[in-house]
Amino acid sequence: MRRLRELALVPALVALIVLGAFVNENFLSYANIISILGSSAALAMVVLAESLILITGKIDLSLESVVGIAPALGALVVIPAASAGFGLELPTAVGLALIVVVGALVGAFNGFLVVKLRLNAFIVSLAMLIVLRGLLVGATKGKTLFDMPEPFFALATTTFLGIPISVWLAAAAFGVAGFFLRYHRLGRALYAIGGNPAAARAAGIRVDRVLLGVFVVAGALSGLGGLIQTGYVGAINANQGANMIFMVMAAAVVGGIAMDGGRGTMSGALTGVLLLGVVTNLLTLAQVSSFWIQSIQGAIILVALMIARVTTGRAQE
Amino acid sequence: MSAPLVEAIGVGKRFGSTVALADARLTVVPGESHALVGRNGAGKSTLVSLLTGLQAPDGGEIRFGGEPAPPLADRDAWRARVACVYQRSTIVPDLTVGENLFINRQPLAGFGRISWKRLRAEGRELLDQWGVEVDVDARAGDLAVEDRQLVEIARALSYGARFIILDEPTAQLDNNEIERLFARMRALQESGVTFLFISHHLQEVYEVCQTVTVLRDARWIITAPVADLPRAALVEAMTGEATALGEGVTESRVGPDVPVRLAVSGLSGDAFTDVSLAVRRGEVLGLAGSSASGKIELAESLVGLRTPSGGSAVLDGEALPFGDVRRALDAGVGCVPRDRHHEGLVPELSVGENSAMTIAGRLGKYGVIAPSRLRAHAERAIADLDIRTEGPGQPVNALSGGNQQKVVMARALATDPRLLVLINPTAGVDVKSKEALLAVVDRIRAGGTSVIIISDELDDLRPCDRVLVMRHGSIADEFPAGWHDHDLVASIEGVTRD
Repeated sequence: MRRLRELALVPALVALIVLGAFVNENFLSYANIISILGSSAALAMVVLAESLILITGKIDLSLESVVGIAPALGALVVIPAASAGFGLELPTAVGLALIVVVGALVGAFNGFLVVKLRLNAFIVSLAMLIVLRGLLVGATKGKTLFDMPEPFFALATTTFLGIPISVWLAAAAFGVAGFFLRYHRLGRALYAIGGNPAAARAAGIRVDRVLLGVFVVAGALSGLGGLIQTGYVGAINANQGANMIFMVMAAAVVGGIAMDGGRGTMSGALTGVLLLGVVTNLLTLAQVSSFWIQSIQGAIILVALMIARVTTGRAQE
Repeated sequence: MSAPLVEAIGVGKRFGSTVALADARLTVVPGESHALVGRNGAGKSTLVSLLTGLQAPDGGEIRFGGEPAPPLADRDAWRARVACVYQRSTIVPDLTVGENLFINRQPLAGFGRISWKRLRAEGRELLDQWGVEVDVDARAGDLAVEDRQLVEIARALSYGARFIILDEPTAQLDNNEIERLFARMRALQESGVTFLFISHHLQEVYEVCQTVTVLRDARWIITAPVADLPRAALVEAMTGEATALGEGVTESRVGPDVPVRLAVSGLSGDAFTDVSLAVRRGEVLGLAGSSASGKIELAESLVGLRTPSGGSAVLDGEALPFGDVRRALDAGVGCVPRDRHHEGLVPELSVGENSAMTIAGRLGKYGVIAPSRLRAHAERAIADLDIRTEGPGQPVNALSGGNQQKVVMARALATDPRLLVLINPTAGVDVKSKEALLAVVDRIRAGGTSVIIISDELDDLRPCDRVLVMRHGSIADEFPAGWHDHDLVASIEGVTRD
């Protein structure tokens, strides 16, 4: 029964795929499936990161800004001043490492404010979202960065067995996180903290330390998501990641991650991501006018939420 | 004699297989203060819920002024007859006193808008009428407990009720505040208000009430004028004979030659000061006292949930780490925390996971939890403690209270502690589970584990070799095994025996 709940979205996903196959003959083509997966990989990484935080009963909205600022800083220290960089021209590897480090640092800072100073996670991360967005615009002076060395795009452009590395990476991340959440004591600690922090503490779980760690990991994963996005787009513009958090929250919640903590699985979150990916792809294939695409996307998310509510019989406060 | 204001005639209530109240009766005449006393689980709160119309009795009848009680759904009719001031406030802290008085019935001006001017004026008038000296514009959350209670009483009176139930109103008050509250109660009584007064403190019953009704084990025991019932008789009525749980330990089983396992010296903390005590290997120590005695704070300091401000505790020669549950667990301290809903269980997780939460790191390599080992641990705990469940995978919130408490006990035992601290270990569980939980104490003390039981339930304290009573943050009394119920209850309640 509990297993079934996690898969509540699968019927909706199957229905959409069947519908897609009828609507457009190219939908089930190899190229299109790769396209859906490739375009969903960055979202998947951030949904994974946000899900970890949501399970502990917290929230981090600023992950979407990390998607922009982390790869941008990584690029700015590598590319020459002539291409709008800082002119440091550090080795590419340093720039790539910096992407993950920046994400982790932002997560650590958010975690510090939320866990140690006991500030409200929603407001803190909303403020951080705005600050980081501003930093990205400031650091790039609003310009688009594209003169990065090839490794910055490799995740999206290199393939293994015909599938982009970014998709393999996201799949591996979900696999590891899923295993961790199910079979590792730290993963189980996330559920305990989200379900009842006082009980978790009384059972010897170091609640503050675990929470801080989750924020750091989520930041680093979002940085990676930003790198994938960079490869997929082929550049970093000053808007990278903007408004992405809405899709992230939608995918997580549609996928059964509880907003109030303690519930949700990686397989659920993954179906949430795939559902949104398929919807976006279908709307594009159906050549829906870009003026209308957002409202339709939003409506489909609402319907998916209602389906999930009915099939799981569970309130999603 | 005037007609009774409130009558409960042979009322009963059962929840599933548990009888919460059987054939209880209560008669309150206008203008008196009537005390309702009884130990935890005696049925007081059930009777209150029947009297306030929150629940319907299974049998019997409630009458107000000789007339049958209104139907449950007619809340206004109930409000006009009876009100209860609970320990937990029903005031909205962020609204003013005035608005709290008139919540959802604010005086209106034109076009249905709220007239704040009239609300303030009427609020002031109401408070003046009943002599409540509180600023109508004050934020309700800033009020002292006693003022908050008076505001709730004034609100109840404004609905027309003249019968007010006070549920342990003195629990959070100091002596001066209690005196002031009693003065107000007497004044209100003279203006025609009738009180049903619930308290654990017997001397207060003698001070402020004229009649007392005693409940025990969900039954009515006696109703008498307080003047006719001396304290010893009242305590006797509350405790009755020894219960079905047996005599308990009658003589200490650990001699002075048994080495000391836990030595606490000069420990001070949130609600206790300069406490020293020692527990020997295999000894079961009871720690009793009223809710404000500091016993829970002391216990929580020993298990790492609180950090004491001074003093030390030594377990088997090593200083006990404070303020860190993980380190306390590693040092050999196990704990059943005070409230299973608050600190004991993660409701959505399974029986198995909850029972193994303290040892999650030991169930496999590198912190990976091997499902087979988790299952084996859980099945052993389920068998050892006779937990009634579908299996280790069942969510713990699907279990009955008694079985949930056994899971908390399993969690505490999982680390094989050398010192086991049990805070209210049988709170809200049925007699069968109570027996099973207390049987565990005997089993593990035989293995040399020292146990501290923090409770004011006599049944919880029967397995103890020794009981310490705390009052106002210090140890006030010590009872070796074989104590009499009367003496212990009198000591806990702070009454001197005469």
